[in-house]
Amino acid sequence: MTTAVQQPPAPTPAAESRWLVAARSRELGIAALIVLVFLVTTAYNHDFARPHSIQQLLTGASLIALLGVGETMVIVTRNVDLSVGSTLGLSAYVVGDLFKHQHIPVWSGFVIGVLVGLLIGTVNGFVIAVLRVPSLVVTLAMLYVVRGIDSLIVNGQTIDPDAIPNAFTAVGYKDVLGIPWLAVIVALIVAFFGYAMRSFRSNRDLYAIGSNPAAAELAGIPAGRRVFTAFVISGLLSGLAGALFLSLHAQIDNSGGSGYELNVVAAVVVGGVAIFGGSGTVVGAALGAVLLNTIDQALVASRISSFWSEAIAGGLLIAAIAADRALSLRTARSLRRREGAHREL
Amino acid sequence: MGSESGAPLLEVREVTKSFGAVAAVQGVSFELYGGEAHALLGENGAGKSTIVKMLAGVHRPDSGDVVVEGAPQTFAGPADARDAGISIIYQEPSLFPDLSVAENIFVGRLPLLAGRRLDRAGMVRRSTEIFARLGVALDPTRPARGLSVADQQLVEIAKALSLNAKVLVMDEPTAALTNVEVDRLFEVIATLRRGGAAVLFISHRLEEVFASCQRVTIMRDGRLVRTATIDEVTVEDIIRSMVGRDLEQLFPKTETTPREVVLDVQGLSSEGVFVDVDLQVRAGEIVALAGLVGAGRTEVARAVFGIDRRTAGTVRLLGKELPNGRPRKAMAAGMALVPEDRRQQGLVMDMPIDQNVALASLNELSRVGLILRSRETRLATEWARRLQLKFGRMRGPVSTLSGGNQQKVVLGKWLARAPRLLIIDEPTRGIDVGTKAEVHRILDELVAGGMAVLMISSELPEVLGMADRVLVLCEGRVTGDFTRAEADEDSIMRAAAGLSATGAA
Repeated sequence: MTTAVQQPPAPTPAAESRWLVAARSRELGIAALIVLVFLVTTAYNHDFARPHSIQQLLTGASLIALLGVGETMVIVTRNVDLSVGSTLGLSAYVVGDLFKHQHIPVWSGFVIGVLVGLLIGTVNGFVIAVLRVPSLVVTLAMLYVVRGIDSLIVNGQTIDPDAIPNAFTAVGYKDVLGIPWLAVIVALIVAFFGYAMRSFRSNRDLYAIGSNPAAAELAGIPAGRRVFTAFVISGLLSGLAGALFLSLHAQIDNSGGSGYELNVVAAVVVGGVAIFGGSGTVVGAALGAVLLNTIDQALVASRISSFWSEAIAGGLLIAAIAADRALSLRTARSLRRREGAHREL
Repeated sequence: MGSESGAPLLEVREVTKSFGAVAAVQGVSFELYGGEAHALLGENGAGKSTIVKMLAGVHRPDSGDVVVEGAPQTFAGPADARDAGISIIYQEPSLFPDLSVAENIFVGRLPLLAGRRLDRAGMVRRSTEIFARLGVALDPTRPARGLSVADQQLVEIAKALSLNAKVLVMDEPTAALTNVEVDRLFEVIATLRRGGAAVLFISHRLEEVFASCQRVTIMRDGRLVRTATIDEVTVEDIIRSMVGRDLEQLFPKTETTPREVVLDVQGLSSEGVFVDVDLQVRAGEIVALAGLVGAGRTEVARAVFGIDRRTAGTVRLLGKELPNGRPRKAMAAGMALVPEDRRQQGLVMDMPIDQNVALASLNELSRVGLILRSRETRLATEWARRLQLKFGRMRGPVSTLSGGNQQKVVLGKWLARAPRLLIIDEPTRGIDVGTKAEVHRILDELVAGGMAVLMISSELPEVLGMADRVLVLCEGRVTGDFTRAEADEDSIMRAAAGLSATGAA
């Protein structure tokens, strides 16, 4: 044996693991799946590839993708927000009602929508982070409470399109360079939070909290404050989604956004956000929303019963979770094997 | 060489801490001076970890003070302790599997660039520098998921070093490390000391203490026994102070003659975890599985029992081969497993004591599929008497019992099935000294009655005191096989560290 034995083996992993990361990237996989579904459907029904149809695909996915941003931040911390659908509904109705009876200026419609969401998100965050009640229970309760308040205010009425200013609904139907405004706005928000989740310290903390709560405590991460903020942002974005919902549909009753919470969770999980926290991206969640919506529309275009659409969404959900589990087991095993080799004395 | 300048860097002053009725630490005081490495010694359960947690800001003392550079501190949380210049390396690595290694090192204080953006490149660069100082080849950009225990520990050490702390507390940092890594760690400790830092070092390996520490503080049952400079004491002094009684008293061991082979394991392997493990346990003997944390001992036990699937090898119980990955078959054949983590794996904490005892015998206790509650209670009462269980109410939750009595409930649960082979993982971890001796007495009686016992233990005195034969694992391989007469602290530690197995049979 010579002295060269001390030399640790050259770390080949660097290059290899980057390749591994890319191959594992859920975002690429989903994007590929979206393209596949799109192409196959187009082969059956050429109308599917027409600009108007593509615009519909984007618009249809936008609201879920927007809700998915906040939901991702919450789920990454090992929590869940089930109140997003109700929050959207209440926010949309409050804004519509103010347009109808108070004739408020167009811009304030968005501000008020955001404020309604902010309020609900703050209550959620307070009860969960300060009083330490499990988020599943709190936001489930909030789902009903907010929907109840909504019904109380709505009182059987409907806000009709003629009550909403045209300038407000323009956001819902106008486009820029062929891309719907709605999709542009949501894409910008997704891009901003995508960057923030990668590069801001407070947002990286969210991953740490979800990955190992006990260790986060020991590392001195202010877990309560971070989780609180995540719920506030989720509420805020749900409120904004409410205003956008109103501008898209131009009418609202007490059922706006009901059932959305489950669509959002499904999109987020299909988009690669681990349901038990710690990993996943906002961009992945948004792509998940686009994929589910594309499948939905593809089945309509292929004249297949909408029953299949839900069954397929469910199947995808299970496949996504199973794939995650299998992948993480496999990478852990292969990493361990490599280590075993380099630790030989 | 430890130039101990006038005022202590850190002072623990008359601290006391109780958890419920258990007084974990009572009136303990000691000082740490800049430039010294100070060993804190004591048996498991002596209160060392509680002291560490008070220094870490996890627990607050009920009374007494933690004083840093003359100023008494009130830590509201770990971040306060860190900001006061105290950095901790915990016994159990606590990493974030989803974050990169570099992020794990800087978590809680990730470095920023202008505009509050993360300085990813800087983080990786500084991580690489620290790893170079430690002489390890770890890729800072890889996720922490899948790191071996030793590598996880190295990341923890890198984390502590990155803080440039005044006081570095190491709670058994070397338990999972190879000798080369341990040597490097000691070089780093020496460098830190020369820079004026104080190191509080907790270890069960006394030779490490003698090699690298200038003073020792010894604790027993939550109290301070003594603080001394290293040249004032011998290994024997330290052990006597730690244990406070003779080993014979702690480990009642009846000489037995082993009989037929009960468990016969040949070539057992699990890819990436352990390779080619052969072991036999005969009726009437205790075989200890020794080794460092992460050597694969628990994994071997789990594979033998069939919880984890093996990738190669055979497991025979009383000559009958057991199918792979079928714990129920193993149970039916007469095997029992008392796991290491009794709160998570051994007990249903909120369930009553009697139901916990009955849990593994429900088939025998039920009639046409219905469980007879009275039979459960009768069975549990019988075992409570035989194991001298101290309990309030048989139908009260098992979480109300002390650790030692909880362990007896787990034991009772399995003994009720009258197994031929008992696998017991860390039988006395976290149990007070008195109950410890009782658990040892129970094991001794079982073996005298003809049971075969496979015992996993990280406590050398327990291994040496109880085992008829000792098998040592290192990084998933059997590196030592000793009879009771051959086994001593030195030979086991050498085998556990992967050095030439001098006394191998």
